[in-house]
Amino acid sequence: MLTKRIIPCLDVKDDRVVKGVKFLNLRDAGDPVELGARYSEVGADELVFLDITATIRSRKTIVELVEKVAENVFIPFTVGGGIQTVEQIDELLRSGAEKVSVNTAAVENPNLLRQAAQRFGNQCVVLAIDARRSKEKEDKWQVCVKAGSEPTDIDVVEWAVKAEKLGAGEILLTSMDADGTKEGYDNKLNKAVSDAVNIPVIASGGAGKLEHLYDAIVDGGADAVLMASITHYENYTIKQMKEYLKGRGVPVNL
Amino acid sequence: MIVVIDYNVGNVRSVCNAFCYIGCDVKLSCEPADIENAAGLVLPGVAAFGYAVGALGPLSELIKKVALSGKPLLGICVGYQMLFEKSSEYGRHNGLGLVGGNVVPIQPGQTVPHMGWNLVKLPEDMDLFAGLGYEKHFYFAHSFYAEVTDSLAKIAYTDYGFDLPASVQKANIYGTQFHPEKSGQAGLKVLKNFAEICERENRRC
Repeated sequence: MLTKRIIPCLDVKDDRVVKGVKFLNLRDAGDPVELGARYSEVGADELVFLDITATIRSRKTIVELVEKVAENVFIPFTVGGGIQTVEQIDELLRSGAEKVSVNTAAVENPNLLRQAAQRFGNQCVVLAIDARRSKEKEDKWQVCVKAGSEPTDIDVVEWAVKAEKLGAGEILLTSMDADGTKEGYDNKLNKAVSDAVNIPVIASGGAGKLEHLYDAIVDGGADAVLMASITHYENYTIKQMKEYLKGRGVPVNL
Repeated sequence: MIVVIDYNVGNVRSVCNAFCYIGCDVKLSCEPADIENAAGLVLPGVAAFGYAVGALGPLSELIKKVALSGKPLLGICVGYQMLFEKSSEYGRHNGLGLVGGNVVPIQPGQTVPHMGWNLVKLPEDMDLFAGLGYEKHFYFAHSFYAEVTDSLAKIAYTDYGFDLPASVQKANIYGTQFHPEKSGQAGLKVLKNFAEICERENRRC
């Protein structure tokens, strides 16, 4: 049986992880390669590296980072942030990334998803959606682009369905309302999207307690849960998360 | 030396990295001389089937010839799928035809792609899994799978609502639908086992 995945997310800026981390025994707490290798050792199922600078200058840095991570980390990892072309995706995959996530560029040019899927297979095309709850309509969410700074009038569920048809192989779904609150994932959002598509959905934004992970999987229908603060600060170890989920009957790789 | 076949598709570096990490002599190459002189070949692949077959081009005949001569060959993911006869991913494409079977879509009802860590039952008589016990989790990421029809192939299965072939072995031809290079310690052990198989075969020659 396929297990549910625990995915730590590392936000990278100028070759450093920028959300603080407090691992013991780490010489350099902000080094993404060292942190990635450590997560791999302690049983993370996958990693996501997001280049939050995403400028032309940082592009070269992120390729070098992917190369270094791939030499030291033998679990899958996704790279995202400012990716716009099939050539950039190709470069990152060839450098050792398992998957590449696209966000704004796919909204502006949905054909990017199709082109990438036809060339690399849809399993390495991740569509990242930053979702904001609609103020007007109940249980509707709008897609935001440019690192969440620009709302669009695109409906999140409709966009997810369209993206699947175009070739997205996975959806990384971040609730901008829940992000950083530690009050739990937006499981109405997760459920609305996971019910509407047949591809895996990664729930993101809001993890604060162990039961939040369980709720995202069981109530939200998520295939994987992504988190940053609660694992970086070692509120909970990966092992604790997996033991908790296993204890409540969720299949995990433990 | 193990040669990882470089044919301009994703993920070739990860496979080389993993062999390097476990201390194996490995070379990424598309040179016919390297392929012929290798102790063993690895055909990796993150790509759509049709793109991968096209990218392999004339190398496919050489790989077939070398594999049929008895040299160990390990196909991974799309490289594994290419061991079979045909695929229906984005059109109809011919594979290498080294193992009987066709590559077909995972049927609706399951989440597709089959993405993540799944438990593989490891038959005792499959050399690739020596020392790994009777089951282990491995990382999968694929939307198509091989329906194996070859009576000479040994098969390891995983459960994805049906028995999904996760790995085959037919004489010197090995393949894994999962990514050993991304499957942590268990995956590295599979690659180590393959390297040992290559060493053993070479001593015999």
